[in-house]
Amino acid sequence: MTLGRIIYRSLRQHALSTCVAAASIALACGLAITVWVVKDQAQTSFSNVSAGFDAVLGARGSRLQLVLNAVFHLEASPGNISQADYEQITAHPAVLHAVPIAVGDNYHGFRLVGVPYDKLAAVELTPGLTLTLANGRPFADGHEAVVGSFAAQRLGLAVGSTFHPYHGLYFDEAAQHAETYAVVGVLQPTNTPLDRVILIPLAGVQQMSGHAAATATDVSAVLIKLRSPMAGRSLDLLYNKQGNRLTFAWPVASVVGELFGKIAWFQDVLALVAYGVALVAIGSVLVSVYSSMTARRRDIAILRALGARRATVFLAVLGESVATGLAGALGGLALHLGMMSAAAVIIRRETGVQLDVVAWAPVMALVPAALLLLCALAGLVPAWKAYRLPVADALAPVS
Amino acid sequence: MPLLQIDQLAKSYRAPDGTRHEVLDVPHFALEAGRHVALRGTSGSGKTTLLHCIAGILAPDRGRVVIDGIDMAALPEARRDRTRAALLGYVFQTFNLLQGFTVLENVLLGMAFGPGADTARATALLETLGLGGKLRHFPRQLSTGQQQRVALARALAHRPRLVLADEPTASLDPAAARAAIDLLHAACRAEGAALLMVSHSPELLAGFDETLDLTALNRAAAPAVSAAP
Repeated sequence: MTLGRIIYRSLRQHALSTCVAAASIALACGLAITVWVVKDQAQTSFSNVSAGFDAVLGARGSRLQLVLNAVFHLEASPGNISQADYEQITAHPAVLHAVPIAVGDNYHGFRLVGVPYDKLAAVELTPGLTLTLANGRPFADGHEAVVGSFAAQRLGLAVGSTFHPYHGLYFDEAAQHAETYAVVGVLQPTNTPLDRVILIPLAGVQQMSGHAAATATDVSAVLIKLRSPMAGRSLDLLYNKQGNRLTFAWPVASVVGELFGKIAWFQDVLALVAYGVALVAIGSVLVSVYSSMTARRRDIAILRALGARRATVFLAVLGESVATGLAGALGGLALHLGMMSAAAVIIRRETGVQLDVVAWAPVMALVPAALLLLCALAGLVPAWKAYRLPVADALAPVS
Repeated sequence: MPLLQIDQLAKSYRAPDGTRHEVLDVPHFALEAGRHVALRGTSGSGKTTLLHCIAGILAPDRGRVVIDGIDMAALPEARRDRTRAALLGYVFQTFNLLQGFTVLENVLLGMAFGPGADTARATALLETLGLGGKLRHFPRQLSTGQQQRVALARALAHRPRLVLADEPTASLDPAAARAAIDLLHAACRAEGAALLMVSHSPELLAGFDETLDLTALNRAAAPAVSAAP
């Protein structure tokens, strides 16, 4: 008969309150870890996703809007830039790759991105990763498309499928274009926003029926890979300081950082909620163990009468609190995996960015450890009461 | 040297009005090893307080309680706990089984704080007492008589030198009570343990080596009230 057995039996005797307390610890633990990990991983993943390009050139406006639109395919385009502007930056000696894109159409909510396939395929999207086809071939000029892996899966498109694009970045059934596109290739997953777009020739978007003929050679933005990252300074000076027509968003990673700066308050609110739940959870452990101890006042007195020392009953009650916390912490880690999986699916669906659900983070040890410590502290109160229990009084027969 | 020797033992409580109320004043009492002694006493005669002082559950105000050469009253609490766990078995009036533990675990608890849990010994003892088929049962699943036998097994599990029994048959009908006392005698004799039982029921005192009147032993006891014929 070990101390562990005594703790286990006591917890089983009050299984309901133990489960409620452990569940609230699990919720607090899972929330706190997930808020932190999602924030951390999202920031890292978003920054890594843009690593293929150092900068984006687009119409005058918000740098963040430009990057979100051109790299993450999320925001509306701030406007177009001319073919001449594209050609000018392509010729700049600091530029290694300049990939023009044109956006403005969708197919059931998934964006069509007009782009020269060979130019995009020449760029390393993330270290060691370039565009690779899972099926089919690159599109030629004309009404052909290569579909990102996630878009293909969601839209049910495969090589040989055909579709009619819709005007605008958001799906409107009434805005169908007359052109019919044939899918000639499906990309392998890249875990970048390209997974959720449909690539077509640049001219396809530029000359889609209903688009203004006067702007048929304009592009929405130019994705730029510099020969040296520091070369961006001269282009920043050229476009942002000296010029006033265009915006040169550089470096992309720091622009992405602006996004997380803007939503930091939301993460703080989520963290506060997690801390609030943690406080309530610790309170529930205290109440659970305290009421369990009070209800078992006589049991503790019997243990003492059988020869258990004060320290033994102190440790038994404290152990209940720690065991409840441990069960909650383990449940919290499981809950974190569940919430992380759900968050990863949503973020992938909305942005194309892939989170690593099972990636290790120090917070996954720190939060459970902190909660265990708090549970132990909460257990000190009932444990002290058990330690001080007047045995003879508690053994008095109850009529 | 007797197994248990009490000298000048006194215990008092503080009443709600702040005055001290003396419940125990025992000049001398001795019990030889292996002897079975009954203390007859009415309510308020200090039966339970005396047993608690002997067991070291209560610290007396003064006096000596020497068990097997160890003065319980002079020991610090932790050593009293250890000595109780090693030398004494206790059968409570209401059995005091732990409801969250199985029959076997309740008996193992009787050993856990002394010589250590011995499942084979606990099982054998329960089988001897006719509870071999109830090892995994919980106390609430047993009859009152069966619970009484579990309490007895727990008190004897660690081979105590002395078993203290506080009105151990108060919850039983007369026939069951008689059978329980007989079982208590038999089990204690089989284990070689001395038995000190307190009771207010004269009909249960047959079979003891000696029966003493607690009101005569305890100078602080309330005078006995005669029962109506």
